[in-house]
Amino acid sequence: MTDRRLRIALVCAVALVAVLIPFLFGPYRVGQFTLVLIYAVAALGLNLLVGYNGQISLGHGAFFALGAYTGALLIEKADMPYLATLPAAGALCFVAGYLFGVPALRLRGLYLALVTLGLAIAMPQLIKRFDDLTEGTQGLTVEQPVAPSWTGLADDQFLYLLSLAAAAVMFLAAWNLMRGPIGRSVKAVRDGEIPASTIGVDLAATKTRVFALSAAYAGVAGALYVLALGFVAPEAFTLTISFAFLAAIVVGGLATISGALLGALFIEFVPVYASDVNDALTGVIYGGVLIAFMWVLPEGAAGLPRRLRELVLGRRSPREETLKAPVRGVPAGKA
Amino acid sequence: MKRTVWLALLLAMAALTFAACGRDDDDGDGGGGGGSDPGITDDSIKLGGSYPFSGPASAYRSIEQGAQAYFSLVNSKGGADGRKIDFVTLDDGYEPAKAVQNARRLIQEEQVFALFNTLGTANNVAIWDYANKQEVPQVYVATGASLWGSDVAAHPWTTGWQPDYVTESQVYADYLENEKPNAKVAVLYQNDAFGEDLLNGFKEAIKGTDIQVVADESYEVTDPTVGSQMSKLASSDADTFLDITTPKFGAQAIVAADKLGWKVVHIINNVSASKLLVLQPAGLDKAQGLISTAYFKDPASQDWDDDASMKEFKDGLAKYEPRANPEDPNCVFGWAAASTMVEALKGMKEPTRAALMDAVRNMDVEIPILLPGIDVKTSGEEDGYPIEAMQIQRFQGENWKLQGDVIQAPH
Repeated sequence: MTDRRLRIALVCAVALVAVLIPFLFGPYRVGQFTLVLIYAVAALGLNLLVGYNGQISLGHGAFFALGAYTGALLIEKADMPYLATLPAAGALCFVAGYLFGVPALRLRGLYLALVTLGLAIAMPQLIKRFDDLTEGTQGLTVEQPVAPSWTGLADDQFLYLLSLAAAAVMFLAAWNLMRGPIGRSVKAVRDGEIPASTIGVDLAATKTRVFALSAAYAGVAGALYVLALGFVAPEAFTLTISFAFLAAIVVGGLATISGALLGALFIEFVPVYASDVNDALTGVIYGGVLIAFMWVLPEGAAGLPRRLRELVLGRRSPREETLKAPVRGVPAGKA
Repeated sequence: MKRTVWLALLLAMAALTFAACGRDDDDGDGGGGGGSDPGITDDSIKLGGSYPFSGPASAYRSIEQGAQAYFSLVNSKGGADGRKIDFVTLDDGYEPAKAVQNARRLIQEEQVFALFNTLGTANNVAIWDYANKQEVPQVYVATGASLWGSDVAAHPWTTGWQPDYVTESQVYADYLENEKPNAKVAVLYQNDAFGEDLLNGFKEAIKGTDIQVVADESYEVTDPTVGSQMSKLASSDADTFLDITTPKFGAQAIVAADKLGWKVVHIINNVSASKLLVLQPAGLDKAQGLISTAYFKDPASQDWDDDASMKEFKDGLAKYEPRANPEDPNCVFGWAAASTMVEALKGMKEPTRAALMDAVRNMDVEIPILLPGIDVKTSGEEDGYPIEAMQIQRFQGENWKLQGDVIQAPH
């Protein structure tokens, strides 16, 4: 019971810090934290798929891009209020994810990874092909939300709080879903498809829906991204961003809700500081930190408290076994 | 459960308290009275720029090296009007989204006085609304799109530098009118803002003349080759080839024209006129007779060996950026843009951003490393294009040779 209380206290502390951030930092930092929240939503979506359901996607940048362009076009061409673009982008990506998932999920493990990789490679070029709509390489400038005057907030603070509210809803939804019966069947599929099907889990339906849901998360994040940057261009959605999301969930901790947030902090801040150390070696430093991180904390940042407890108490915590399974990502014998 | 509700209430109250306070240091103009803007003191000026140091366009890094070398030279002589220039540059990997973040960081965190020479059309479009909203000068952007000078009223804080693509196309039209008044032109162009800017400018410029475009083919920057487009163009009855490409495709087009035995007047645009990046890879023997344009002195040509400005450039680059290649024209580009910036800084009547824009918008100076007869001239909203003249050059033997006189674009 103390464990539960501790966790509630921790969540409240994080929430408090999150609410205070826009009032403690300058606009540029607040902008960075806004991006952290956005990446966290996308990473959470990917974690539902990879961490909880054991399917690998290397192409979530494509759904992120789809959400971003959906949001941008709805605001610029259809004059839709910006808040309405978030569910719209989410819904569209859900459908796209579902349609893509139906044929693709006949493939397992590495084969699925490869198909989604193809999607991520194709996306920037597809955006350029539809240049009547997307303005091609030129990119689209999007009007950013302005803080209503009654709030007394600066625009960047408003944007941050807006993203925070959206992220909170998405995090609560994921947490609620994964601790219930749906979450159990999702995890059962990951831990063993044959046992799962013998207890009545519909494998194909579960996998497709999780894929669609995780695409929807990426889509909402994409729509938020447009609001935060006020600009979209195809070059923002290269393979790098898909891999960054994957790095985020592994660094943060597979199959954990908090891992998505920790991983998002990592992918936003480490490259920025790496390029400060040395322009020419940004990639090397980022990669090096990533390797070192995986070495020290193979379960991701979310595993840090447990790791510390082990070190201090010199024993394995009882939750060790249940949490070890997802670290493998792809269950044995699937690829 | 009750506790959770209480905590939520507490959080909400805390948020409201802070929200009521807002942020009191908005925009940094709370100082009042001083009359000077961020990033400038009596003995220093901070400028910021975003460049592709990594990624597909990292060859442009040499532009930043050229600019840094010139600023170092000026600083060694005491700076611009006694102010030492600190040019802070960040890597955007040629991604517009990163350029947006870099611009925010430069303006808000580094507190630069002005953005200078940020590279890439899309990257600058991505940040210009922001820079103008913040009223931060975004000057001498490193891109040739025509929009930097055509939209002065809507974006008073942004300005280009190099001759824009429309100017360039007018220079080609002018050249053809004199040399080949009945030219039948085949055009290969990159299907993006750059290619369309040049193609449309050219079509506009030949209106009312006997020159006609008889064939045009486009390619995507992501295409592997332009082989099929070149065969189609070669089978047309054109006697002139206007080659609107970026370096990789420029080299391919030169090779393809040679392979197809297509012997016509080959005009290659300034972007791909680099001997180092385009002509040498394609083979100098295939490049003989190529026509292009220039507006600054070519560091690879011996014609300028005794020129004082070229010597100053080569010595300065060797001293302050020894790793840069002195024969790389991009270094000259950065050097020349930085020279113009220093002139603008010296022209400020007071140390404010508005005064800088005033100086930039009303300028008439000669920059020694530009070709003789080409000067930097602007006048308020009427003329937002700093450089509007170019000279035709022809590739002969080992180097480009200048032809005829400087051509002033009518615009």
